[in-house]
Amino acid sequence: MQVNENKEFEPVIVAFCCNWCSYAGADLSGTNRLNYPANVKIIRVPCSCRVNPLFILRAFQRGADGVIICGCHPGDCHYTSGNYYARRRITMLFSMLDYLGIERDRTRLEWVSAAEGAKFAKTMNEFVEAVKKLGPNRRLEDLRCKKQ
Amino acid sequence: MQRIGVFVCHCGTNIAATVDVVAVAEALQHEPGVVISKEYQYMCSEAGQELVKEAIKEHKLTGVVICSCSPRMHENTFRKAAAAAGLNPYMVEIANIREQCSWIHKDKTSGTEKAIILGRAAIAKVHLNAPLTAGQSPVIKRALVIGGGIAGIQTALDIADAGFEVDIVEKEPTIGGKMTQIDKTFPTLDCAACILTPKMVECAQNEKIRIHSYSEVSDVKGFVGNFNVTIKKKARFVDETKCTGCGLCTEKCPMKKVPDLFNLGMNNRRAIYIPFAQAVPKVATIDADYCNMLKNGKCGVCAKVCTAGAIDYKQQDQYIEEQYGAIVVATGFNPIKLDKYDEFAYSQSKDVITSLEFERLTNAAGPTSGTLLRPSDGKHPHTIVFVQCVGSRCDDSKGKSYCSKICCMYTAKHAMLTREKYPDTDVYVFYIDVRTPGKNFDEFYRRAVEQYGVHYIKGMVGKVTPKADGTLDVQASDLISNEQLHIDADLVVLAAAIEPDKSARPLATKLTASMDTNDFFTEAHAKLRPVESPTAGIFLSGACQGPKDIPETVSQAGAAAAKVIGLLSKNSLTCNPCVAQSDELMCNGCSACEKVCPYGAITYSEKEFRMPDRTTKLRRVASVNPAVCQGCGACTVTCPSGAMDLKGFSNRQIMAEVDAICK
Repeated sequence: MQVNENKEFEPVIVAFCCNWCSYAGADLSGTNRLNYPANVKIIRVPCSCRVNPLFILRAFQRGADGVIICGCHPGDCHYTSGNYYARRRITMLFSMLDYLGIERDRTRLEWVSAAEGAKFAKTMNEFVEAVKKLGPNRRLEDLRCKKQ
Repeated sequence: MQRIGVFVCHCGTNIAATVDVVAVAEALQHEPGVVISKEYQYMCSEAGQELVKEAIKEHKLTGVVICSCSPRMHENTFRKAAAAAGLNPYMVEIANIREQCSWIHKDKTSGTEKAIILGRAAIAKVHLNAPLTAGQSPVIKRALVIGGGIAGIQTALDIADAGFEVDIVEKEPTIGGKMTQIDKTFPTLDCAACILTPKMVECAQNEKIRIHSYSEVSDVKGFVGNFNVTIKKKARFVDETKCTGCGLCTEKCPMKKVPDLFNLGMNNRRAIYIPFAQAVPKVATIDADYCNMLKNGKCGVCAKVCTAGAIDYKQQDQYIEEQYGAIVVATGFNPIKLDKYDEFAYSQSKDVITSLEFERLTNAAGPTSGTLLRPSDGKHPHTIVFVQCVGSRCDDSKGKSYCSKICCMYTAKHAMLTREKYPDTDVYVFYIDVRTPGKNFDEFYRRAVEQYGVHYIKGMVGKVTPKADGTLDVQASDLISNEQLHIDADLVVLAAAIEPDKSARPLATKLTASMDTNDFFTEAHAKLRPVESPTAGIFLSGACQGPKDIPETVSQAGAAAAKVIGLLSKNSLTCNPCVAQSDELMCNGCSACEKVCPYGAITYSEKEFRMPDRTTKLRRVASVNPAVCQGCGACTVTCPSGAMDLKGFSNRQIMAEVDAICK
């Protein structure tokens, strides 16, 4: 999170991408030179089902303004059913975000195949735009770490 | 504390143009644990790798971070280099600053900033990397081919040729598949049976090949090199080992009105049958839906006439378990059902037929012994209309969006053969495009038009209406002359789209192989790995992967066989070491992980644990079979006590990356 009066707000965006589809899709958007903002930093995971909802909360705790999870399209998971697990878990988490004080639009779950470089870039552009509109995320704090 | 070396690649100007590589190397130099940070023109080059190797030795590095292109590109290159310098290959992490940084950003400042953050994340991760050793798993040197059409037959023959045992599982009573129903093959017009049946016989006679006909795969367990397959041998009520295929039972059976599915129901057979004369294995099968003895317990004629004593009304479905190292899917295709295409009057008129039915009508072994006769009245048709793309290249939900690929050519073949045999017949072909990409294909099509005088009309048929005099009114538009046409046809032949066999989807689930939205099996890479499924050890042959003609199917079958032979000739396979592992001290034995594991890699066992008060206690704990685990990580998130973790992508490693990015 960087807020400067002269500069536009630049959100910190963490993207979890599954190794087989979405990470390859992200590579493809690079190969095709499709631009998306530098705010997005990708973390490679073997499958979208490896993304523990706690990782997302951790990101918010540490100052991320948006978190996006990308996996293979339903039915196309390299591990057959991983993205279905991811879909359920993440949906569950999303439904609780308001309760935690995080706007629902700061998170997103998207299916991007290895062939969808354009979709990856488009998704990231839209997501960054949406998070920019929401402004900095300053609500979630780790109370355990707070020094008295 | 790790001793980490950072190596930043310029990739010529690919990275250096939008990322200040020197600044990145300089910034990362000050990260904790980093003892050396260097940049170089091409890190993947021989000299670049040498740089990495020397640094590992000189600075006694325990971890390496390469800031370069995607790990999908060169992760292996650098792992190998690290291994050559005596470092565990899994102590190497790649920060992707080309595909996911320099290539997508134009602004050098933000590009450089991002590259530094990605480098930091990789450094944070490598701090927590642990040396991993890839295990070995043995390879069972046998292959299973699912589907006994021309694709399966060719694959099996090629694998057997290399000296490996192959089993073919075929759901029909005979192998041969769709090609047995075809009369002649384009573009050479040689008889399908003459080129196929010798191959079927070769399969039966090859001592390396076993045929499980009238069987299905009911369960698949295991993994590449070590599949455990349960095959269901459906009860055919005839003892395969005793039946001589004399055919006496099929003549004497009193149930005469059973639709002959081999002839697509255009004539009848008996309740006990051999699909066709050259069937392999040539063994009779009782159709339980029609047999009076099986239904009502009355009859028993076949048992009386069978001199070999092969009839066994009490036969049950049998399940046999077999082990294989590789599995080839060759489940083939079927024409689509035309019940949604009522405008062509397929269900209303017997004289509107599909192309496959036309094949049977012109086949010497077919219901009319090869004489082209109208199914309704048995008269010779004088005007025949062929309609192409019925259900293919359809945007609506009725049909298929893809091109079925073979229809243009077989329609040209049908038209040509009709004109050759019956020159008094007028033949019209309605088409959207004529697609003839193949060796000698366009020449073949042109021969049909120029030499045989087939009327090709660009346009679609809108409606077929049966008339009172028994002919069919074909209403169509000619797009070239922009006219509406009415043709009085005696016979209308629909080139129905083809779709994967219905058995393919449940099979894909059993194999954990992926499919596209049309139920065609997906290949591992559309261009570079076209005959392998993304699931290791599963290979694809023939039309189960996409519409294909016979030459293409045979070449793909050979390619799949070559891949299988490559796999089976290895004694053992290196496993992916990034697998799940359970911390037995934390595991509470709840079974949650076992339920989500798509590979059945997790098992439970009772183990003895020492308690703080020095007593011992039996506890139920999970353990992961590293040879079966594919490393998806589903279990790690499911585990309520946090006992499951994934090597190479551990909770701590991912959180360290998150922290580094959010800092």
